[in-house]
Amino acid sequence: MLEVRHVSKTFDIGTVNETPVLKDVSFTLNDGDFVTVIGGNGAGKSTILNMIAGVYPIDSGEILLDGEDLTNKKEHERAKYIGRVFQDPMKGTAADMEIQENLAMANRRGKKRSLAWGITANEKAVFKEELSMLGLGLEKRMADKVGLLSGGQRQALTLLMASLQKPKLLLLDEHTAALDPKTAKKVLDITKEIIEKDHLTALMVTHNMKDAIQIGNRLIMMYEGKILFDIQGEEKKSLTVDDLLHKFEEASGDEFTNDNVLTKR
Amino acid sequence: MTGILFAMQGAISQGILWSIMSLGIYITFRLLAISDLSVDGTFAVGGCVMATLITLGITPLLATTIAIIGGAIGGLVTGLLHTKCHIPAILAGILTQLGVYSINLRLMGRSNLPLLKLNTIFKQIEAMVGLSQTNSSLIVGIIVVAIVIAIMYWFFGTEIGSAIRATGSNENMVRSLGVNTDSTKIIGFMIANALVALSGALVAQSQGYADVKQGIGAIVIGLASIIIGETMIRKQTNFAIRLCMIVLGSIIYRLIIAIVLQLGLNTDDLKLFSAILVALFLTAPQLIKTKKGGVHHA
Ligand SMILES: Nc1ncnc2c1ncn2[C@@H]1O[C@H](COP(=O)(O)OP(=O)(O)OP(=O)(O)O)[C@@H](O)[C@H]1O
Ligand SMILES: [Mg+2]
Repeated sequence: MLEVRHVSKTFDIGTVNETPVLKDVSFTLNDGDFVTVIGGNGAGKSTILNMIAGVYPIDSGEILLDGEDLTNKKEHERAKYIGRVFQDPMKGTAADMEIQENLAMANRRGKKRSLAWGITANEKAVFKEELSMLGLGLEKRMADKVGLLSGGQRQALTLLMASLQKPKLLLLDEHTAALDPKTAKKVLDITKEIIEKDHLTALMVTHNMKDAIQIGNRLIMMYEGKILFDIQGEEKKSLTVDDLLHKFEEASGDEFTNDNVLTKR
Repeated sequence: MTGILFAMQGAISQGILWSIMSLGIYITFRLLAISDLSVDGTFAVGGCVMATLITLGITPLLATTIAIIGGAIGGLVTGLLHTKCHIPAILAGILTQLGVYSINLRLMGRSNLPLLKLNTIFKQIEAMVGLSQTNSSLIVGIIVVAIVIAIMYWFFGTEIGSAIRATGSNENMVRSLGVNTDSTKIIGFMIANALVALSGALVAQSQGYADVKQGIGAIVIGLASIIIGETMIRKQTNFAIRLCMIVLGSIIYRLIIAIVLQLGLNTDDLKLFSAILVALFLTAPQLIKTKKGGVHHA
């Protein structure tokens, strides 16, 4: 269970660039929640994910995972429990290293690194099987450098790396946005499969409202650093894109003029 | 003619001893993708610490071992300045390099310490096996380099070693996998500068003196060796072969220098020559790439 309590964040405090990005954000994720997060550019979606992962410290509030206070823990300490996939396919993998080496690194998530060999024969067999489940043929290229892979292949690999050690929480930040529609769908399918198979708790930021409605059991919309609304269960299932737009107008008090409020470009 | 041959053999054994430094620089420059300028300082640390200890009557082997630790401490300082004090790596290295200069002077009590009448690893081997001095430095060099390459090959395949390599490739990802990247960088800096100091200690012993200025331009020589070595390999080459090529690069660099000196280049101009050589070698791959790219697009 993830508890985000009254989290606030302002970047560049005391400068002309001072921007309050998160304003007293609170929510709780139950185990197995698969939450889609939507909101306009600059709403604070990436920032809330970064705060949970510990990329930057928060100004006030608390973040707890399964009762453990993460608020003052460093990013690499929280990484033990949190898997991440970023928008940029370059970000989630080490291009100069082999596919299997990347997986081996991920397989040691949160564990103390020793002078034991970096990858075992047993692991290679497991990786081969896991890779073949992606259906991208990567199991035949385990010793290839990741730099040789396409963006979609890299995202699929990053997903596998993020979930290899069954994280308590999976954070996905527009992880299909840089891919062409067909590849994006494939990676999204893999995402659903992995989350379902391992019963993961996940937060997925997306700009695609249809995906946000169809995928997961819960939807959070952010607006100017706050959670505008949080819908789950039956109510979410019956949601339409028009409903979302209408709800946005209602809650934000902003006149809704065009798609730009919610979607990119 | 024998003069040239003799110079060649000397160049080869110098190249081998200096290659240990290049292997160290390879760790920071290529694996961690950080330019570490402490090298010029820690190379002298190797020579100066070793020479000071030998004059105090400590055995050459122990003196060299302590010199290695001295280099590692230099790397630790640079690593801490860079990671904990958030000083840009290049500046952190320069600070260490500068500070170490005074420490070396203090240690030796003078700027140059001859070892002529004192024992060195090479003299010990000479006496033990009855080899000439050039031969003994060649053989010691080859053995030490072989051990260094074997250890590096093993280490960078371990969990810690892989984490260090990954830090150079994608620091954010490594952190998101739970690795403290400050630590991986610091370990990298330490191992790199330990090797640099080992090289400095061996070079000083083969030259017969240690000098506080012996490290000036060392980083350039190291980079030259790495770049020359890398021109001979492809992208997917095995790590051990990659390291061997750096040793070869270091030898080739020394041979080039020996040849231009034989051709009459003034030793005073050597540093300028080295700088130009490295600039050319650093530029060449880019030029070749753009040219190929141009053909491709045409
Ligand atoms: N490291 C930072 N330093 C300063 N400002 C930042 C930083 N990170 C984010 N911001 C600012 O915080 C605000 C929210 O950014 P955030 O990236 O969370 O938005 P988002 O909802 O993810 O938007 P998008 O849909 O464009 O990805 C923006 O105004 C952004 O400029
Ligand atoms: Mg974002």
